[in-house]
Amino acid sequence: MTNSWTDIKNADLIMVMGGNAAEAHPVGFKWVIEAMQKRKAKLISVDPRFNRTSAVADVYAPIRNGTDIAFLGGVINWLLSNDKIHHDYVKFNTDATFLTKPDFKFENGFFSGYDEAKRKYDKSSWGYQLDDSGYVKVDDTMQDPLCVYQQLKKHYSRYTPEMVSNICGTPKDKFLQICQMLGEMSAPDKTSTILYALGWTQHTVGSQNIRTMAMIQLLLGNMGRPGGGVNALRGHSNVQGVTDMNAYAEVLSGYLGAPTDADDTYEKYIAKRTPKPLRPNQFNYWSNFSRFYVSLMKSYYGKAATAENHFCYDWVPKLEGGFDIMHIFELMHQGKMTGMLSQGFNPLATVANKNKLSAALGKLKYLVIIDPLETETSEFWQNYGPYNDAKPESIQTEVFRLPAACFAEEEGSFTNSSRVAIWKQKAIDAPGEGKVDSEIMARLFVKLRAMYAKDGGAFPDPIAGLAWDYVQANEPSSAELLREINGRAIGDVYAPPDPKDPKAAPTVLVKAGQQLPGFAMLRDDGSTACGNWLYSGCWTEAGNMTARRDLSDPTGWGVYQNYGFSWPANRRILYNRASADKDGKPWAPNKKYEFWNGKAWTGADVPDMRPNAAPEENVGSFIMNPEGVARLHAIGMAEGPFPEHYEPFETPIGVNPLHPNNPKAISNPAARVFKGDMEAFGKKEQFPYSATTYRLTEHFHTWTKHARLNAIVQPEAFVEISEELAKEKGVKHGDSVKVSSNRGHIVAKAVVTKRIKPWDVNGQKVHLVGIPFHWGFKGQTKIGYIANTLTPFVGDANSQTPEFKAFLVNIEKA
Amino acid sequence: MQMNRREFLRASGAGLVGSSFVALGFSPTAAHAETRNYKLARTTETRSTCPYCSVSCGMLVYTLGDRAKNVKPAIVHVEGDPDNPVSRGSLCPKGAGVLDMINSPARIKYPAVREPGSKEWKRISWDEALDRIAKHMKADRDANFVTKNAAGVTVNRWPTTSFLICSSSSNESSYLSVKVARGLGMIGIDTQARV
Amino acid sequence: MASLQTQDVVARSATTTPTPQVRSAVAPVAKLIDESKCIGCKACQVACMEWNDLRDEIGSNVGVYDNPADLTPNSWTVMKFFEVEPKAGNLEWLIRKDGCMHCEDPGCLKACPSPGAIVKYANGIVDFISENCIGCGYCITGCPFDVPRISPKDNKAYKCTLCSDRVGVGLEPACVKACPTGAINFGTKEDMVTYGDKRAGELKERGFQNAGLYNPAGVGGTHVMYVLKHADQPELEKLPRNPSISPAVSLWKGVAKPLAVAGMIGAAVVGFFHYMKVGPIEEQPEDGKREKEGS
Repeated sequence: MTNSWTDIKNADLIMVMGGNAAEAHPVGFKWVIEAMQKRKAKLISVDPRFNRTSAVADVYAPIRNGTDIAFLGGVINWLLSNDKIHHDYVKFNTDATFLTKPDFKFENGFFSGYDEAKRKYDKSSWGYQLDDSGYVKVDDTMQDPLCVYQQLKKHYSRYTPEMVSNICGTPKDKFLQICQMLGEMSAPDKTSTILYALGWTQHTVGSQNIRTMAMIQLLLGNMGRPGGGVNALRGHSNVQGVTDMNAYAEVLSGYLGAPTDADDTYEKYIAKRTPKPLRPNQFNYWSNFSRFYVSLMKSYYGKAATAENHFCYDWVPKLEGGFDIMHIFELMHQGKMTGMLSQGFNPLATVANKNKLSAALGKLKYLVIIDPLETETSEFWQNYGPYNDAKPESIQTEVFRLPAACFAEEEGSFTNSSRVAIWKQKAIDAPGEGKVDSEIMARLFVKLRAMYAKDGGAFPDPIAGLAWDYVQANEPSSAELLREINGRAIGDVYAPPDPKDPKAAPTVLVKAGQQLPGFAMLRDDGSTACGNWLYSGCWTEAGNMTARRDLSDPTGWGVYQNYGFSWPANRRILYNRASADKDGKPWAPNKKYEFWNGKAWTGADVPDMRPNAAPEENVGSFIMNPEGVARLHAIGMAEGPFPEHYEPFETPIGVNPLHPNNPKAISNPAARVFKGDMEAFGKKEQFPYSATTYRLTEHFHTWTKHARLNAIVQPEAFVEISEELAKEKGVKHGDSVKVSSNRGHIVAKAVVTKRIKPWDVNGQKVHLVGIPFHWGFKGQTKIGYIANTLTPFVGDANSQTPEFKAFLVNIEKA
Repeated sequence: MQMNRREFLRASGAGLVGSSFVALGFSPTAAHAETRNYKLARTTETRSTCPYCSVSCGMLVYTLGDRAKNVKPAIVHVEGDPDNPVSRGSLCPKGAGVLDMINSPARIKYPAVREPGSKEWKRISWDEALDRIAKHMKADRDANFVTKNAAGVTVNRWPTTSFLICSSSSNESSYLSVKVARGLGMIGIDTQARV
Repeated sequence: MASLQTQDVVARSATTTPTPQVRSAVAPVAKLIDESKCIGCKACQVACMEWNDLRDEIGSNVGVYDNPADLTPNSWTVMKFFEVEPKAGNLEWLIRKDGCMHCEDPGCLKACPSPGAIVKYANGIVDFISENCIGCGYCITGCPFDVPRISPKDNKAYKCTLCSDRVGVGLEPACVKACPTGAINFGTKEDMVTYGDKRAGELKERGFQNAGLYNPAGVGGTHVMYVLKHADQPELEKLPRNPSISPAVSLWKGVAKPLAVAGMIGAAVVGFFHYMKVGPIEEQPEDGKREKEGS
């Protein structure tokens, strides 16, 4: 979330789309209800199903799953055509005035530079025109046909209300009503927020779904402002934290891009990730990359990391290609993986195409499950009849199951979706011989280190050199680890030389051995260690900031500045410099948040700006971008700088109505498809119904089915279908139905509901089959099929998140 | 020693007579209307955070006993922490039912192994489990570690064992898991955030 | 710890002697369920079972979200889901938290023949004192909302206590605390009526012209009230429009009261001889029925 849970109460309009906040985040939804009652805010729910959010919404609009960009592109077109944008905000805070390159094109469903064989774009024609000094050329009048504003207008002119309705199945009047409501939020004294979740991410165009909405928020002037923002309602309790710690192949702790084979030298690696400002006077925050990276290496490798060895640059494994979970399973399926450790994760039930996953796991030599509970993955080899038709005797994988502590049995911090890390206490020990995850990892590592010390082996240096100065080597405490994450001064940390008196003795800012007060102190000379720059400031000399419980909120914005620690720098709303206009004044008196008081930036929050950067200096609000503004035109995206609607890989209409004559542009041209998986996609002739998987409020993933209380309130697997489809199929309430895709089938009870209605799309009727995914062959609930038996093994072109939200099935009475 | 109602009735030797006397106003102690005892009175309260979704609601965890050495504490009740600014005491049905997850019969209590081709789990000690896992890891790492790629660039990676890291474990534990994984040269690292 | 002392009991079932009325300054409490904020998440249902140490059976899906499908001896509150179109073509998903209404004039208490099995406290909570329950089921007949359920296990009636154990120590009921969206509120009855009326006004502004507070007069008002989006059509959600205590029950407690007491004395004498031969009634529920027949 760019903003916070409690900030939702400041919104004048809340749109929930690509998510079902009431269902999946009921307690966070409290602040939506608060806004509705206290501010008379309106709530819009756009979803394939009339869901629990829709039940309390002011406006509900149905939408065919997998067509969000068409809808949102239509909104952009409406806002631009009706001039309902926040002009001053857009000019100051976005790249609308920037000139794009003259050879940038979009034709017949492809942007310029498409390489069909590689399914990749050559992006050299995308992006901005630069002048001789390396700065972007701009046209402040926004009349130049090459400026981003005009390009945007042109790109989305095709997204007419009629086209939206034709693709999405949304009634035109509902769509226009929502456009109108959003358009009103372009007024400076109004802000609106968007709450989304997996309903946007789990598509082959997932990242672009979100980007389209982010563009709307920029056009309405809602970013960096109270009651605004783009708010991803994230999954697990600490998924934000584990994302920040970067348990990903492609990034190191703190979102530092991991080195790849192309980065053959340290200098190249750093240079590539340290951008130059694209406009004069910009903050260009990533210019600090080397400070973050070197401090991380000092944290990992301590004394071994020296300037001479480039802080152990060669010890960091270089990445070749993607190593996301689908790629991992693809390699496993090809027999190229030996082992897997799975900690608190149940991939067999939560990754796409269960049968492929199961076959892949069977090719491993060893599998280690670290979990508090029995998971399906841990027993993929066991025969559970039709639910898991395995033959144990033929599966040679050696499977270990290690008992892990659950949340109440571990001390430490969780970071919520608002980026606030909060310390929790331990209530009891884990049952039996269970241990906390950190102890399990520590014991395993210490054993491995001893084996390498004794017997040698492949490249033992980083193992021997890994900094491990914990009081108890087998049991590093959470307090020690959080202090390490925060960072400390190894040597004295000095202030930069004073330009007025360059010869004066440098001032010591932090003494050697002290905890760092924040990431501004990080240095790239080896004098600081920091496990994650974003969290620097979480455990300072003043103690554990995540354990703070001060509930005061003097400004009433719901900031709670002294409750826990919010990264970065305890800031609660990101880009909050944008809550003031170019001159540093609040956009409107009722939305006064951060502002320039004549000498410094001040307000309700920690300013997201150099505190003494006077508005005349013209430092842009979006400090993480070298251009200082937010991007309407983003070349970082795999499938194009402007989001375009592409159909799901399994489309119920078999055509992209925007490009009816280009069969190559039906689905995302830049999405990765593994060999064999293209063939495993179903076609509408055989699987005519559009399906989606989702969560129910009574359950958390495949976890709470082990809790009896949750099993009582939602005991058995079901699918939801419309009364119309039920009638066609002769299905009644509570009948068992068989749902099949090209990858397998499940059987579940039928919930026949008025809340799902077929859509009229591109001249045909499209039916939805809704599939909650919480069941499996273990648990206190009734045993059921794994819903991900049905889902396709293809992911978003940028994030590789699987397309769980749009695929094709058939349904029949079981 | 207070009599329970049945003892009283037996002692008085007049079951129904007793209850009808109650009706007439002769009210014995046993028939007093008393609410259930407040069950948390002297339990130990611990502040925690819900493990499920990313609202990360504040929780108050109640354990049996007062932490005296001779008590084996058990979690008997969980409710919302009103002093969490986001959740303000609320919990959703998942969080409200967390007691049954903590105490689930599906909790794993001991290390176990399923040998190749076997149909069952076999309990083993932590030492044996970690020894065997470490041996597997070392054997694989030593066999498949890539020092240089085809172009001769130093890459120092171990591509054949992957690690899925939990999104409901603490920041501290996640950090350590990543540190160990990177230290070993792993590149197949992922988390629930992906899916 | 008995926090609600006998002097807090202002009404007892099948009792003719006056109950103490001295604690006149106890503010009656109430729970207000604001349907317009309810997302049907069932947090209240789970919190209720958890707090009260109840575990219902794990049932089946019967084609709806309602689970368990109805109140049971172990589910003292359940969510009921209604897909309705009060205006044609305008689907609404009404969700009602069902459970004891804690009537000011409780039909269950009036109907109950077992002395002290049902009590009402000065704060308005109607509570079942299970040890006195004889499992006759008259409370069900007496209840205009069809709430009490008899357990086949112990033949006793159960229902929501409004968490009398929590309220007794100054806390809110478990369901109220858990409710994520603030659809369940708790406070003094006076505050809840004021707030309920205010909410109804707010909903009218939002386009629900017939929004209103459900606090039915036929049972003297209730200590569990609803804010309904369509207060003119409570039957949309299977709520009785004008709930009242069945005439038979009123007769039993009103005109027939002296007769009843006389009958009870008779029953006591009969019962005494029965006890001499058979044993105490607690193990012989059918004797309870005889007591009623005797009256």
